[in-house]
Amino acid sequence: MTSEPSFELVDVVAGPEAGPILKGITIDIPCRGITALAGPSGSGKSTLLRLLNRLDEPLSGSISLNGRPLTEWEPAALRRQVGMVFQKPPVFDGDVLANLQVADANVTDERARHVLDHVGLGADLLERRAGDLSGGEAQRMCVARALLTSPSVLLADEPTAALDHEARRTIEDLGIEVAAGGVPIVWVTHDTDQLRRLADHAMVLIDGEVAAFGHVDELSEHAVAAVRALVGA
Amino acid sequence: MERTDIGLFGMAASSLLIAVAVGISLWRNLGLERSVLFAALRALIQLILVGYALQLIVDPGDPLWRSAVWLVFMLGFASYTTKQRAADVPAVFQLALLAYAASAAVTLGVLFGFGVYEIEGRTIVPLAGIVIGNSLSATVLVSRQLFNAASVQRGDIEGRLALGLSAREAFQPHLREALRTALVPQIESTKAVGIIALPGAMVGLILAGVEPVDAVRVQLSVMYLVLGSVATTTAVLSIGISRRLFTSADQLRRFDVRS
Repeated sequence: MTSEPSFELVDVVAGPEAGPILKGITIDIPCRGITALAGPSGSGKSTLLRLLNRLDEPLSGSISLNGRPLTEWEPAALRRQVGMVFQKPPVFDGDVLANLQVADANVTDERARHVLDHVGLGADLLERRAGDLSGGEAQRMCVARALLTSPSVLLADEPTAALDHEARRTIEDLGIEVAAGGVPIVWVTHDTDQLRRLADHAMVLIDGEVAAFGHVDELSEHAVAAVRALVGA
Repeated sequence: MERTDIGLFGMAASSLLIAVAVGISLWRNLGLERSVLFAALRALIQLILVGYALQLIVDPGDPLWRSAVWLVFMLGFASYTTKQRAADVPAVFQLALLAYAASAAVTLGVLFGFGVYEIEGRTIVPLAGIVIGNSLSATVLVSRQLFNAASVQRGDIEGRLALGLSAREAFQPHLREALRTALVPQIESTKAVGIIALPGAMVGLILAGVEPVDAVRVQLSVMYLVLGSVATTTAVLSIGISRRLFTSADQLRRFDVRS
C-alpha cells in the first residue's frame, strides 16, 4: 500500500499581484480521508485549491506533492494524479460516454459502466446527452470522469454549492465512499454542517492565512472564536 | 470583343445612381444623404489615388521593388486594422502580420509557382490585395472568438486541463469551432457563386471586354485563392493566439476583457 499523499507549502503567496489573496502560507497537508478547507468568502480557499493541481501559479513560494516540487511535474501527469471536481460541473459536448472518454480515450465499455455504477449512476446513462443530466447527475459524472485518471488525491471546490438539498447529500455520500475507497479528498466548503458530516480534519483560512489546521474535534475547542465558528462548533 | 473604356462621361453618368440613393433617402426620410454622398466621394478619391498608384507598378518596365513596398504596406495596414478591431487580443498585430504574410506566401506561391500568373507588378499587388482583403474579416472574427472562448468557456477549458489534457487538446474544441465559423461562410459563398451572384472580378472582366469563358477561368482562380487564403490566415493566426492564451505549464492565462 502506498503512503498517503501530502502537499507541502512553503511561504506561498498567490492571487493578483496588486492584491494577493494568500499571504505567505507555510503548511504540510497530509491527505487522508476527507480534509475540509474552510473559511469565509474571499479567504483564499479556491485560490489555494487551484494551486495544488497547478491550474494557477503562486506569485512566490513553493508547493510540493510527496516531496517533489510541482514545477518538476509534467503538468498533465500532475493533474492526473491530483484530480479536481469543480463547483459548476464542466459538462462537455456529446453523451456521457464521450465525456468519460475525455479523461480516458481508451475507456472500455465495461470500465465506463463500472465507474458510473461506482458514482451511483445507471449504465443506461452512458448514451444520454451529458447536457441533459440534472445538476446532481452531472456532478456525479464529473466525479466518475475524474476517477478515470486514477488520481491519488481529489480536490473538490465546493462541489455541492450549486445543488439542491437531496443532490447535495448524494454527492456527500459519494465523497465519503470515494475517500473510504482510498482516494483522499481536499474538500472546500463554507457549510459548517457539511464540514462536520464529512471531515475528520480541517484547515481554516482567514484573510489569506492559515488560522488553524487539525482534527475537527480539536478545532472545535480552538482558542480563536472565528475558527470555532468556521468548523461549526 | 471590344474593350470597354467608359470615359469621364460614363463615370459621371453612372454617378446618377448616387442621386437615386440620395433621392430614396430623402423620400423615405432615412437621413442618410450625407453618408451616401460622403461614401461615394471617398470611394472616388480612394480609387483615383489607387489607380494612379497602380500605374507606378503595372507596366512591365516598372521595377518589382515597388510592388514589394506596396505589399509590405498592405500587410502592415491589414495587421493594424485587425489590431484596431480586436484590441483585447494579446499580440494580435504581430500574429496577424505573420498570418497574412504566411497566407500570401502560400497562396501566391502556388499561383506563381505553377505559373498560373506571371510574377509582375500587374499581378502581385492585386492578388495580394485579394488575399489580405478577403482574410481580414475572417481574421478579426477568429481572433475575437478565440479570445472570448478563453474567457467565457474558462470552466470547460480548465475542466479538460484538470483531467490531464494538454493546453492544445483542451482548447481544440474551441479552436475548431472558431475556424469553422470563419470558413463556413466562405465555403457557402463559393458554392453559391454563379447561381446567386456573379462575382466582381468576373463582371469586371466581362465589362472590360474579356470573353466570359476566359473571365470564368480568372474568377475561379480568384475564388480558390480567397478560400485558400482565408483558411491559411485563420489557421496560422489561431495557432498563434492559442499559444498566447496558455502558459508553458498549460495554465489558461487571465486577461482583462474590455466591455
